[in-house]
Amino acid sequence: MKRLTFTFLFVALLLASCAPTSTPAPVEPQTVTVVTHDSFAIGEETIKAFEMENNAKVVFLQGGDAGSLLNQAILTKDAPLADVLFGVDNTFLSRALEADIFEPYQSPALADIPDEFKLDPSNRALPVDYGDVCLNYDKKYFSDNNLAVPQSFEDLAKPEYKDLLVVENPATSSPGLAFLLATRAHFGDGYLDYWKSLKENGVVVVDGWETAYYTNFSASSGKGPQPMVVSYASSPAAEVFFASEPMEESPTASIAAEGMCFRQIEFVGVFKNGKNKPLAQKFVDFTLSRKFQEDMPLNMFVYPVNQKAQLPEVFVKYADVVQSPASISADEIAANRDRWIEAWSETMK
Amino acid sequence: MQYQVLSRRDAETRRKSFLRVFAPPRLTRVLVWLPPLLFLLYFFFYPLTKILSLTFTPAAFTNPGNLSVALNALLFTFYQAALSTILTFLLGLPSAVLFSRFDFRGKSLLRALTAVPFMLPTVVVAAAFNAIFGERGLFLFLSSSIANRQIPFILHPSPFILILMAHVFYNATIVIRIVGNALSRLDPKLEQAARCLGADAFRVWQNVTLPLLRPSLIAAALLVFMFDFTSFGVILLLGGSKFSTLEVEIYVRALKLPNLPLAAMLSVVQLVFTLIFSVLYTRFVNQVATQTAPRFSVSRPPQSLREKAFVIAISLSLIIFFLLPLLSLPLRSLTRLEADRGQRGEIQYGFTADYYKELFINRRGSLFYVPPIEAAKNSLGYAGATVLLALALGYPAAYALAKPTRLEQFLDPLIMLPLGASAVMLGLGFLLSFGRALALPWFVPIAHTLIALPFVIRTLQPALASIPERLRQAAAALGASPFRVWMTVDFPILSRATLSAATFAFTVSLGEFGATLLLNRPEYPTIPIAIQRFLSQPGGLNFGQAMAMATLLMVLTMLSILLIERTRLSDAV
Repeated sequence: MKRLTFTFLFVALLLASCAPTSTPAPVEPQTVTVVTHDSFAIGEETIKAFEMENNAKVVFLQGGDAGSLLNQAILTKDAPLADVLFGVDNTFLSRALEADIFEPYQSPALADIPDEFKLDPSNRALPVDYGDVCLNYDKKYFSDNNLAVPQSFEDLAKPEYKDLLVVENPATSSPGLAFLLATRAHFGDGYLDYWKSLKENGVVVVDGWETAYYTNFSASSGKGPQPMVVSYASSPAAEVFFASEPMEESPTASIAAEGMCFRQIEFVGVFKNGKNKPLAQKFVDFTLSRKFQEDMPLNMFVYPVNQKAQLPEVFVKYADVVQSPASISADEIAANRDRWIEAWSETMK
Repeated sequence: MQYQVLSRRDAETRRKSFLRVFAPPRLTRVLVWLPPLLFLLYFFFYPLTKILSLTFTPAAFTNPGNLSVALNALLFTFYQAALSTILTFLLGLPSAVLFSRFDFRGKSLLRALTAVPFMLPTVVVAAAFNAIFGERGLFLFLSSSIANRQIPFILHPSPFILILMAHVFYNATIVIRIVGNALSRLDPKLEQAARCLGADAFRVWQNVTLPLLRPSLIAAALLVFMFDFTSFGVILLLGGSKFSTLEVEIYVRALKLPNLPLAAMLSVVQLVFTLIFSVLYTRFVNQVATQTAPRFSVSRPPQSLREKAFVIAISLSLIIFFLLPLLSLPLRSLTRLEADRGQRGEIQYGFTADYYKELFINRRGSLFYVPPIEAAKNSLGYAGATVLLALALGYPAAYALAKPTRLEQFLDPLIMLPLGASAVMLGLGFLLSFGRALALPWFVPIAHTLIALPFVIRTLQPALASIPERLRQAAAALGASPFRVWMTVDFPILSRATLSAATFAFTVSLGEFGATLLLNRPEYPTIPIAIQRFLSQPGGLNFGQAMAMATLLMVLTMLSILLIERTRLSDAV
C-alpha cells in the first residue's frame, strides 16, 4: 500500500513537472488553446472547419465571467494558460493593455473592420464583436396604459414611470455596468444624484441579467412586474428567434434614443508569452473571418464587426439599430470604474 | 460494538502500554507521514504561499479602507455563523435526545434522512431551496395562483433566512451525531444516583448531564461554526454577492473588483481563524474520544404523554424540514410552471418529462453542449480517482493519528486547514503554480482530494484507534495466525470505516464545484458544471434542465449514502 502511494505520488509529481514543457509530435495536429468567458458560444461546425483547414485542435478553457477571466489572465501573464484570449470588452480594455498581456498583431482581416471599433491603435487587442446595452420595454404595457415611451434618462425619474424599471447591479453584471456608464456619460459627476432620484422613483436592482429579464420584466416569459429592463438592442430579435410559434412582431422594443445606449465592444488577442503564436494568429484571423462572424449573432446575440458579414434575418428585421450610443473613453472607464461602482453601491444602499 | 466496552482508565493504560510496545519507531512514523504531508505541501501550501507571497503585504493591514472592509466582513461572518450555529442546535439538540433516548418506528430511516444533506453538493441544495422558496419555486407559483400575490412570509423567506435554513439543513446531522453519540454513552447510573439523592430533573441536567456532555457539545458547535464560517456556495447561490462573508468578500476582491492585496489579507484572516477553530476542535474531539465509556442502551419507547408528544413533534418537524427540499427537487424537475422559451402561446402547465428528454438534445449545434451521460461519466471517473487518492493518502495519516505523539498533536489541526482556505485564492495559486498542467484532466481529482482528505482521515482515525490490542492478543493466544488475526479482528472494523471514508470522498468529489469555479475545460464537463451552465442560461427550459440534472446528481449521491448508512458511519465526523 505504502509503496503504491509513493509510486503514485512520484508519477504525479513527475507529470506535473514535465506536462507544461511537453511538445506535440509534428504529425499530430497542433493545439491552439483559447480562454474565454462563460457566455461564449459558437457552432460546432464552425470550429471544425478551422480545425480541418489548419490540421489543428482548438481547446477552449472557460474562466468565469469577463472580469475574472481578465484578472486570471493578468495574474498568469508570464506563463499564460492559453494562446488566445477571446472576450475582453471596452470597459476592461485599458487594464488589459496596461498589464501588457497581448502581442500586437496586424491581422489582414482588420481591413474589413471599421476604424470606430479599433480602440487599440497598436492592435494588441483586435475588435471581434459588439452589442448595445439599451432599455427594453413591454410594448403591450405601454399601449394598454396609454403611456408614452420615455425618451431620455430624465424621463425615467418622472412620477408616471414610478416602479416600472428594473436594472442590474453594476458590480456583478456587465449590462448593469454599461447602463451605469451611460448615465455617467450623460450626467457627469451628477450621476449619483440622478441615481438617487431613480431610487426614489422605485427602480428595482437585481444581481444579474437573467433575473432582471426573465423574472422581473413583464414582457418575457416570466411575466414579472416591471415593463422596462436594462437589456440589449438585440433582445427583441431574440424574443422572435426563440418563440415557439412564429410571430410577426416582437413583443418588446428597445429605446435607442441618443446617448441612452452603451456600446460594448469585445476584443480578441494573442498572448505575448503564449506558445503557439503562428497558429494563435491564424485563429484570430478566423474569428474575424466571415464564417465565424456570421455564426456569432445567433450563438451570442452580438453583432459582427466585419462589414462583409451578413446579419441573420431576425437581426435585420427585429433588432433596433443604435445610431448614437453614449461615449466614454476606455481610459476614463479604466481609471474610474471601481470608484464609480463603489460610489453607486453606497448611494443605492 | 462489544470492543468499545472499556472504562476510561482502561483506555488510558491501554494507550500507554500500546505506545510503549507497538508505537512505530520514529523513522517509520516519519515515513508514514511523508505521502500525505508531501501532497499537502505540494498541492496546498505551495500554491497558497505562491499567491500570498505575490499579493500579500503587511501594509494592507494598515490601510483604513481595507480594515473597514475586513472588519465588516468579519463581523457579518461571525454574525451569520453564530446565528446558524444556534439555529442548528435548536433543531439538532432535541433531535439528538430523540435519537439517543427513544425507540420508535422508522427511527433509523429518519436518522439516515438527516444525514443526507451533509453530503449533498451545494449546487443541489441551493437548487432544492430555490425549487421551493425561490422566485420560480413551487410555493410562489402555488400561492400566486390562489391569492393575489399576497404571499405569507413563511412561504417566501428573505435570502438571509434561506441561507440560515440551508446551513441548518446541512449541519444538523453533525450535532445529532456527535452529541447523540455522547448522550447514548452516558452511564445512566450517574443520573439515577443523582435522582436518588433528591435532585430534580433540571438539577440532574445541570449538574450531571451537561458537564459530561460539554466536550461533545463544544466539539459539535466548533465544527458547525467552522463550516458556517467558511460557507461559500450556499451564500453565493442563495443570497448573492451582497452578503459579504469573508469568503464571498475574498471572491469579490480577487475577481470582481480586483484588489488582490485586500483579498490576500482577508484570506490570511480567514486562515488564522480556521487554524484556531481546528486546534480547538481537535482538542475537544480528542476529549470526546477518550471518554469512550460503555455504550449503554438507554433508548426505549416513549411512555408518558409528554414523551410521546415530544417524539411526535420532533419527528414531524424533522420530516418536514428535511424531506420537503429533497422531494421538491425531483418534483420541480418534472413540472412545467413557465414558458420554455420566450413563447407566448398557451403553456401546457403540469407534469412533463421534457426537461429530461431535452438533456439529450443539442439544439443549437453548440460546441458547449453537455451530454448528460458524458457529464455523469466524467463525474464518476473523477470521483473514483478521488477515492483512490484520498484513501492512499488518508490511511497513513490516520494510522499515525490513531496513536498520537507530540508530532501528531502538531500536525492534526493542519490537516483540517484546506477546509478553511479560500477556494478562490487557492484556485489562483493553482493557476500560478501549475500553469498549463491545470488543463490536464487528472488535476481535478487532486483538487477534490484536498477537500476530501480531512473527512477521510477523520473517518479512518477513530476506527484505527478503536481496535484494542487485547482483542488481537486474545485472538493470537487462541492460536490464530497473524493473518487470521488481521482478517478476523482488524479487517471487519476497518472495512466498514474504509467504505465510509470512500463514500465521503466519493460524494465530496461528485458535488465539488468551488475548485472548478475558476477554470473549467468544457470538453470534460462534470454534473455540477452542467447544472451551473443551465442555471446561467435564460428561460424555463434551461431552469428545468438544471433541476433535472440536479436530481440526477442527488440520486447518485443518495445511492452512495445508502451504502454508508447500511454499514453505519463511524462516530466522529
